[in-house]
Amino acid sequence: MITTEKLEKIRQEHRPILEERLIKEDKVVIKGDEILLKGNYYKKQYRIALRNCGIVDPGDIRDYIAMDGYKALSKILREKEPKDVIEDMKASNLRGRGGAGFPTGRKWEESFKKASDKKYFICNADEGDPGAFMDRSILENDPHAVLEGMAIGGYAVGSDQGFIYVRAEYPTAVESLKKAIAQAKEYGLLGENILGTGFNFDIELRLGSGAFVCGEGTALMESIEGKRGMPRKKPPRTSHVGLWQKPTILNNVETLANVPVIMNKGVDWFRSIGTEKSPGTKVFALVGKVANSGLVEVPMGTSLREIIYDIGGGVQDGKALKAVQTGGPSGGCIPASLIDTPVDFESLAKIGSIMGSGGMVVMDENTCMVDIARFFLEFTVDESCGKCTPCRIGNKRMLEILTRMTNGTAEEREIEELKELAEIIEDTALCGLGQTSPNPVLSTIRYFYDEYEAHVMDRICPSGVCKALLRYNISDDCIGCRRCVKVCPVSCISGKVKEVHVIDQDKCIKCGSCYDVCPKNAIKIG
Amino acid sequence: MEFKFDKEKNKENIEKFKKTVQTYKDTKGALIPVLQGAQEIFGYLPVEILQLISVELNIPISEIYGVATFYSQFSFIPKGENIISVCLGTACYVKGGQEILEEFENQLGIKAGDTTEDMKFSITSTRCVGDCSMAPVVLVNDDVYPRLKKDKVKEIILKYGGVAK
Repeated sequence: MITTEKLEKIRQEHRPILEERLIKEDKVVIKGDEILLKGNYYKKQYRIALRNCGIVDPGDIRDYIAMDGYKALSKILREKEPKDVIEDMKASNLRGRGGAGFPTGRKWEESFKKASDKKYFICNADEGDPGAFMDRSILENDPHAVLEGMAIGGYAVGSDQGFIYVRAEYPTAVESLKKAIAQAKEYGLLGENILGTGFNFDIELRLGSGAFVCGEGTALMESIEGKRGMPRKKPPRTSHVGLWQKPTILNNVETLANVPVIMNKGVDWFRSIGTEKSPGTKVFALVGKVANSGLVEVPMGTSLREIIYDIGGGVQDGKALKAVQTGGPSGGCIPASLIDTPVDFESLAKIGSIMGSGGMVVMDENTCMVDIARFFLEFTVDESCGKCTPCRIGNKRMLEILTRMTNGTAEEREIEELKELAEIIEDTALCGLGQTSPNPVLSTIRYFYDEYEAHVMDRICPSGVCKALLRYNISDDCIGCRRCVKVCPVSCISGKVKEVHVIDQDKCIKCGSCYDVCPKNAIKIG
Repeated sequence: MEFKFDKEKNKENIEKFKKTVQTYKDTKGALIPVLQGAQEIFGYLPVEILQLISVELNIPISEIYGVATFYSQFSFIPKGENIISVCLGTACYVKGGQEILEEFENQLGIKAGDTTEDMKFSITSTRCVGDCSMAPVVLVNDDVYPRLKKDKVKEIILKYGGVAK
């Protein structure tokens, strides 16, 4: 078994080995105690949750120890009472990074105060938001940060049993966690009598089986219990009555990865980053039509503009930015006009979106907002567990309306009906999935009303996405090169060489092949 | 699609599966890990295996059916030799994932969720696989095809021994 002294010895011995390897690989800058990744993409970032990603070898616990890993845990176990740890967490005001932003310290306190013979501590690694992969990166590249965060949390609330509920779609993350848990146990940093302090904490892995709703706390617990993952009604809160009816803490991967650093560097340091109400950083998965896609970690309060333009390099192919979608199927579409909005929990809620787990999908002028709303609704309808009526039936009705809109068969009154339905579902659904499912619809109606009108009244799709509403025409710019004639799968384009060609609208299947090949951009969509 | 679970042919697998059941038997909430084991070993959940689980874990088969139908990972029909998973997460969708899916469907002549007659291919549209920075992404078994273009679809099918249109 390892002692605190031995841990310190490993750190001192292994740090130079790690640094030497990193210098050889030439991908980092070493500044005193800090090791930072090289390159412009990282320059404007502030990496706390991702601090070790790309630096440590996730398969070697000594790398993590060399980066001050398990230092916080050993210090806390020796020097701090559980209630002091909770006070520190409360003072840091670390807010849940899974989306809702509930203060972690307050959650822990709820569970700490509840007397029970058994308590559970769960890490929610069921990252299901489409377009988001922050947790995946942490689990694969720095699994020990999560394990240490859990052990600290377990000590604080008085739990000796942890679970990590991870998506089966992330096989590499599962392997990385398995290996990390085994190594931590071998070193005596998990299991019984950790660091000889008498504290026991074990972690078990549970794999999700492909149900998005299991990211919701109570549904996740039902699933671990071996049942259908359907949310329970609240109250009682899970911090009082959770897994197997015992007090249970559920924290997200990124939240937990923050915990050891806060404990090491102190509350004041943490609060100096980010904003007053949302301290610290947030990791975003910057994807979609952006020049440099990838994970970005920035202080809370950074503006969308800085993230998309300064770090992401702007919209791909020089196109115009139309909207930014944050928060996955529970979030909203933020129009380009609000790009100077600072990214924190309050500011995003104010403009009808949410922080969510950190998905940030950039959309350009070729993205149709009605179609995007339909896309998310299709997702929610598919993933609704069916327990409550508003979500099971209401979302289906919304999807039907949106489908009619994108098919060009919706009636004028249906925009208002859609809005009304969305507001009712928001108010009456049982769990977070249902309550937030109208967000993509409401935010697009709010900011892109003209697109809805165009679909319903003029029966056109301004972005040229909804196939049923498209008409391809050839303008006078046509030079008669006949390239389009050659690719048209239904031979509906006619005309003489070097003369303007014509598309037979009755035969056209709107495949867009002619549009793609035209060297003069003479084919117009309208 | 007609198929039959051949107990004789699966003899070894059944023995292997029984061991999996034993490892989880005393674990709380054992049903899902056991079903995951069955799905992995047999490629789907044969009714004979569900009956075995029911007896071993002392859970009514109706309840097992309820759980198994809730999660998309479980299947009641055999899957093809090669599973083509087309990601339809948001990032892949805005970058044309839907078109890629349609191209696979056209080339193989089946719809997402189905298996080709020769049992060579199954197509599924999958939830975000977390490779968003390489959108659009397609997985064939465990092989990742990042930034896939529509005209490469045929090539991929041929690579896995299929016949494209």
